[in-house]
Amino acid sequence: MSVTKPIYFDYSATTPTDPRVAKKMCSFLTMDDGLFGNAASRSHQYGWDAEKAIDEARNNVAALIAADPKEIVWTSGATESDNLAIKGVAHFYKKKGNHIITSKTEHKAVLDTCRQLEREGFEVTYLDPQESGLIDLNKLEAAMRDETILVSIMHVNNEIGVIQDVAAIGELCRSRKILFHVDAAQSCGKVAIDVDAMKIDLLSMSAHKIYGPKGMGALYVRRKPRVRLEAQMHGGGHERGMRSGTLATHQIVGMGEAFRLAKEEMASENERVRMLRDRLMNGLSDIEEVYVNGDVEQRVPHNLNISFNFVEGESLMMALSDLAVSSGSACTSASLEPSYVLRALGRSDELAHSSIRFSIGRFTTEADVDHAIKLCHDKIQKLRDLSPLWDMYKEGIDLSTVQWSAH
Amino acid sequence: MTVYLDHNATTPLDERVLEAMLPYLRGKYGNSSSVHAPGREARNALDLARERVAALVNAHPSQVVFTSGGTEANNTAIKGVAFATTAAKMVLGPTEHASVRAVTEALRHHGWNMEHAGCDEDGLVSAQTLLQAVDTDTRLASVMWVNNESGAIAPIAELAEACRERDILFHTDAVQAAGKVELDFAASRVQLMSLSAHKLYGPKGVGALIVDKAVSLEPLLHGGGQERGRRGGTENIAAIAGFGKAAELAKSELVARQRQVLSLRDYFEQALSQALPQAVIFAAGAERLPNTSFFAIPPLEGRTLIMALDRLGFAIASGSACGSEQYQPSHVLKAMGVATELAHGAMRVSFGMQNSEGDVDSLISAFTSQIKQLQGMGAATAWI
Repeated sequence: MSVTKPIYFDYSATTPTDPRVAKKMCSFLTMDDGLFGNAASRSHQYGWDAEKAIDEARNNVAALIAADPKEIVWTSGATESDNLAIKGVAHFYKKKGNHIITSKTEHKAVLDTCRQLEREGFEVTYLDPQESGLIDLNKLEAAMRDETILVSIMHVNNEIGVIQDVAAIGELCRSRKILFHVDAAQSCGKVAIDVDAMKIDLLSMSAHKIYGPKGMGALYVRRKPRVRLEAQMHGGGHERGMRSGTLATHQIVGMGEAFRLAKEEMASENERVRMLRDRLMNGLSDIEEVYVNGDVEQRVPHNLNISFNFVEGESLMMALSDLAVSSGSACTSASLEPSYVLRALGRSDELAHSSIRFSIGRFTTEADVDHAIKLCHDKIQKLRDLSPLWDMYKEGIDLSTVQWSAH
Repeated sequence: MTVYLDHNATTPLDERVLEAMLPYLRGKYGNSSSVHAPGREARNALDLARERVAALVNAHPSQVVFTSGGTEANNTAIKGVAFATTAAKMVLGPTEHASVRAVTEALRHHGWNMEHAGCDEDGLVSAQTLLQAVDTDTRLASVMWVNNESGAIAPIAELAEACRERDILFHTDAVQAAGKVELDFAASRVQLMSLSAHKLYGPKGVGALIVDKAVSLEPLLHGGGQERGRRGGTENIAAIAGFGKAAELAKSELVARQRQVLSLRDYFEQALSQALPQAVIFAAGAERLPNTSFFAIPPLEGRTLIMALDRLGFAIASGSACGSEQYQPSHVLKAMGVATELAHGAMRVSFGMQNSEGDVDSLISAFTSQIKQLQGMGAATAWI
């Protein structure tokens, strides 16, 4: 067991809360600061103070995506936002139509929700992405029907970091009067978002992917033209009836502060992170048989998803245990299945199995990157030295022609 | 100086709970689904909190499903049961929280029939009364452990047993009970129990549903497969760790806390009756939460008095926070058969660990001086 902590390269799984965010959250918790009130309490100062802090956070979140604060609904995270958007629309508009379009590389929160709707009788089209990971707009258009009520496409993919052309998809949806939902959990604070310009009707956000607290998210719900939802969480009628439950003031304040910082620092931070990612990519590019997964240009600067051919995935993860990296998204990383995202891109099982996602963030340093480059060189060399497949490859044998005998 | 007397709406976070949360907002930031060391660290925190929450209510850790709060726990329990079976009938307690009432209203659109059980003058339902509302189509009964407004404690074990004999699942919203009275999930034999952290000096935005393994539940939040597939979404580790610590403290300090708030409540009610003999205390005859006093001082309108008290630095409530925006009199008092005029005068004081007898003294003198002033202006002669 290593005593020192591994170097964190898993910012797409979650980020540390920014110290400035944590500090602000802490002032909304205990008696000492007097800001612990229930925002629904309308009979005393404690309640009003909480409400005021929540309004300020709402302004900050709305500002990052160029929305009106009234269009922001607080949730417990992007999973809840995705559930609320997709089930909420499906249940409200079911008389209008029963068809939904999404893609095979969406997050499980979208895919599992769609599966549930299929069990309820809805029809769902799961688009195959191109090899780059990007949606083919012609295929999307071809999938649209009269009964289509919703298109749900993520802005930035969590595993490979590719950025979809949501403005073009939004245009297509609006021209067909189909509602457009975007899972932006991985893009908020990394890619500029303008819900009007991009013609987005619903947009899921998460705080903990952008240095805010876990357990906090929001859903943007367009007011003009108005988008209707069936609430998924019923109760005291909070959030204009779209999402009930006592508002977690400190969590909301944390998300607001994280989004405010993201807006302020996005340009400079992206530049720094891109420099580190490119340094990592260049440092690994001289290893033989490495493949970058997903489009290299249309990609967030934080992500490098790379496959090392002829290296077995689990051994690779073990060998790189000094680095906190992932072999897929955190939500599926406990399973040994190869990434469904890479499979959808047409990657072979072998390449999908030997993939590593490096995600870089606010606290990554050049020294971290250099250490990772050196470690990958050493370990991959060692693993390949032990691999008969690597020997065969080096001897020039085409492995696809080999007849494996079962035993 | 401000005196906070609205602990049933929410509680300030205990400093010791904050200490338990801070590491997960600072250094220990992993995603508990990640397999690397930071992920495992988060997973360990989750496991510890699960044990502590289970211990508070005498449940098994595997029965704990963390949620974003009491409202989500209630939604998960009731819709989870509803969507795992074909539409039939549910029976509700007479004075349920808005989150239970609203969920069941929504389920009407999915073909479910709802029946409200009757109650006595304290707002409590007996096993006999509950059974009058059930029939062979009834799949679920939901009765809150204690009422958030009056503090009256329901005979949950008896109700759960009566339902179990008839194969009816039993859910209890124990959000106001946890940390204030002893809860025993195993002995009470309820199958589903909702909890919230922020009512017991834990953080807002986290709660739990305690689920008997025999119950099949359709998840409310799909995706990711967390909480053994019963609740998707990255776990809120800092808040869950805080909930765990708050639960541990609530368990170890339960008796001391009860003694403290009960003596304040008794002191308050005696002083109130002495200073203002016309005061009416609701559900006074029932077994009540030790910290809660729900009362009216006729002929004063509650809201007017509460606003006046707020300006003097006293935070009290007219009923539950979730209904604070509405001007309708309390549905709880309506169910108890309290006359509308008297119900308009309702106020709730709920004590907590940081209150003192001095707080009660100053509240009583504020009441008397405000009443004199309002009577002087003629405001108190009319109800509205």
